[in-house]
Amino acid sequence: MDGLLHQLISGIASGGIYASVALALVMIYQATHHVNFAQGEMAMFSTYIALTLIQAGVPYWAAFCITVPISFAMGAVIQRVLMEPLAKAPILASVGVFIGLLLMFNSVAGWIFTYTLKPFPTPFGEGKPLFGGFISRHELGSTAITLVVLLSIWAFFRFTRLGLAMRAAAFNPVSSRLVGVPVNKMLALGWGLAASIGAIAGMMVAPVIFLDPNMMAGVLLYAFAGALLGGITNPLGAVIGGFIVGIIENLGGAYVVGTELKLTTALFIIVVVLTVKPAGLFGKTVVSRV
Amino acid sequence: MKRRSLLATAGAALAAAPLARALADTVVGVTATEIKIGNIMPYSGPASAYGAIGHGHVAFFKRLNEQGGVGGRKVNFITLDDGYSPPKTVEQARRLVEQEQVAFLFNPLGTPNNSAIQKYMNQKKVPHIFLSTGADKWGDPEHFPWTMGWQPSYRTEAQIYAKYIMKNKPAAKVVVLYQNDDFGKDYLIGLKDGFGKDYAKYVLKEFSFEVTDATIDSQAVSMQATGADTIVTAATPKFAAQMIRKVADMNWKPLHFLTNVSASVGAVITPAGPEKAVGIITSAYAKDPTDPTWDKDAGMIEWRAFMKKYLPDADLTDGGYVFSYGVCTTLLQVLKQCGTDFSRENIIKQAASLKNLVVPTLLPGVIVSTSATNFHPIRQMQLSKWSGKTWELFGDIIEGTGA
Repeated sequence: MDGLLHQLISGIASGGIYASVALALVMIYQATHHVNFAQGEMAMFSTYIALTLIQAGVPYWAAFCITVPISFAMGAVIQRVLMEPLAKAPILASVGVFIGLLLMFNSVAGWIFTYTLKPFPTPFGEGKPLFGGFISRHELGSTAITLVVLLSIWAFFRFTRLGLAMRAAAFNPVSSRLVGVPVNKMLALGWGLAASIGAIAGMMVAPVIFLDPNMMAGVLLYAFAGALLGGITNPLGAVIGGFIVGIIENLGGAYVVGTELKLTTALFIIVVVLTVKPAGLFGKTVVSRV
Repeated sequence: MKRRSLLATAGAALAAAPLARALADTVVGVTATEIKIGNIMPYSGPASAYGAIGHGHVAFFKRLNEQGGVGGRKVNFITLDDGYSPPKTVEQARRLVEQEQVAFLFNPLGTPNNSAIQKYMNQKKVPHIFLSTGADKWGDPEHFPWTMGWQPSYRTEAQIYAKYIMKNKPAAKVVVLYQNDDFGKDYLIGLKDGFGKDYAKYVLKEFSFEVTDATIDSQAVSMQATGADTIVTAATPKFAAQMIRKVADMNWKPLHFLTNVSASVGAVITPAGPEKAVGIITSAYAKDPTDPTWDKDAGMIEWRAFMKKYLPDADLTDGGYVFSYGVCTTLLQVLKQCGTDFSRENIIKQAASLKNLVVPTLLPGVIVSTSATNFHPIRQMQLSKWSGKTWELFGDIIEGTGA
């Protein structure tokens, strides 16, 4: 029984990691209707920026607050320089750029920061694990941060005019332009926000899995699965999806199929869900008139 | 027909008289004044830190040539970059064999990289020797008579851990964490060799993980739940660091054996927390350049003098240079044993005829031996324990159980 509880909490902790990256994927999807494969690598790169600041003597939260706007600028610049010229190009061209970005960020990070594993500090204190050793302070703290980010995104899209304009720009650029929404600015904003959320996710993930240029490769896969499971149009759904993937993966691996088929089980369930409910568990089915 | 073979004999005799005896054998890449040796290293890309090994080789052959070479010939050492990418390794191996016409390939680096060229090298019958990888499959003379490893294989290492456990902790309850690939599975095979028929008695359960997993926390939790008191961890640095930290966080204090692939202080122990790793056991076969034990050691003094003269700007804490010196010394012995017959057949034959060779950078008592059926040159290691600050060697040299 103790073991089961331990596995469950450990699954929630991994789920928190997937959920935070899934949020960044939802953000970019909401803002641009694309899934950015380089999201994980951009987050990893931002985390290195934060680490560099911390190593230079900047206190943690100050480094955090500097890294987020830097990442925002990085995202917005990428949209302006790389994605805007491709606005009318077929979707495959964008996919090509995303993959190119992924490789670029990965190699540049390796070149600048080396491939050696680096520890990343946690702001929540090293201290003894809580609840009888089940969950570390960091896991608890980072889950809280993920929830705060989730709430902000939800409120942003739900209650602000800007959020509405962004959704409109992604959903129907032509009509949005006609009603006066500056579509290009909205897209750049979306990229910036996604990069910022990614940066936060990176800084929350790195203390758990250690920082190296390939840190996000595995995480992105699970985050993607979580986002699809919960519904990529719904931030709350993506977060819940991330947690579900984490829990299924842990419990399935420990008690049902064994560690070799852990990932397979998670992906199998996703395929089933998507077959039955293509928009994901919590996603809205979007009908667009042609 | 007769005249042609006569001509060939005359030609060979003219080119290099001492080679005439080996007429049936293939002599490529060797002239009266030179031996051409090929090598492939990751000078760029994710494993570029290992490039130090290649730089060490270049310096070693420079010194050899200054001292007059070997077998009356200078070494022409050609080393190419594959960026640690196996398709590139194939391309470079072809270039070395077909275009540069090297006598043999020496010490190409990486398990996937060497796997990619092993068949080709054996089809072409070009010696592919003393590889920079610890996979066990390089010692398979029956199927791959042209390929030979050098360092102790992962399998040998696991045999040594099993041997130690059986002798010092006969009531141990062991769990294994292994990476689900060739590297991790070599450890399982080694433990099976080592424990033999008692395997099921010692090992409660094996836990695998995929390199794509984000964490191994779930496995660590299950491992503790088995009630085991001994762990063998066969994981690459990132997962090894996670394992060390998770075991400490769970307040679990097992006897922990860690693959020497992940024994790096900088890449594993420091990120995980040096205090959390206290008591972890790994194994070594070469002298650690940062260990003060070897300050007055003749072999390491020889190595440091070499480094000072030929690689004055190199980082002396980088084990890659120690590795390079050891493997080059072994090759030099093979070339000396060849005498003047540098046919490919004789090179591989001499590589498989090393008798109790002492290499200055290997731990005292570790010897290099090969035979026609033993293509595992180094099969002995010594255990070492993390004290909180350094790895400390302890106990005797232990030899692996298999061939």
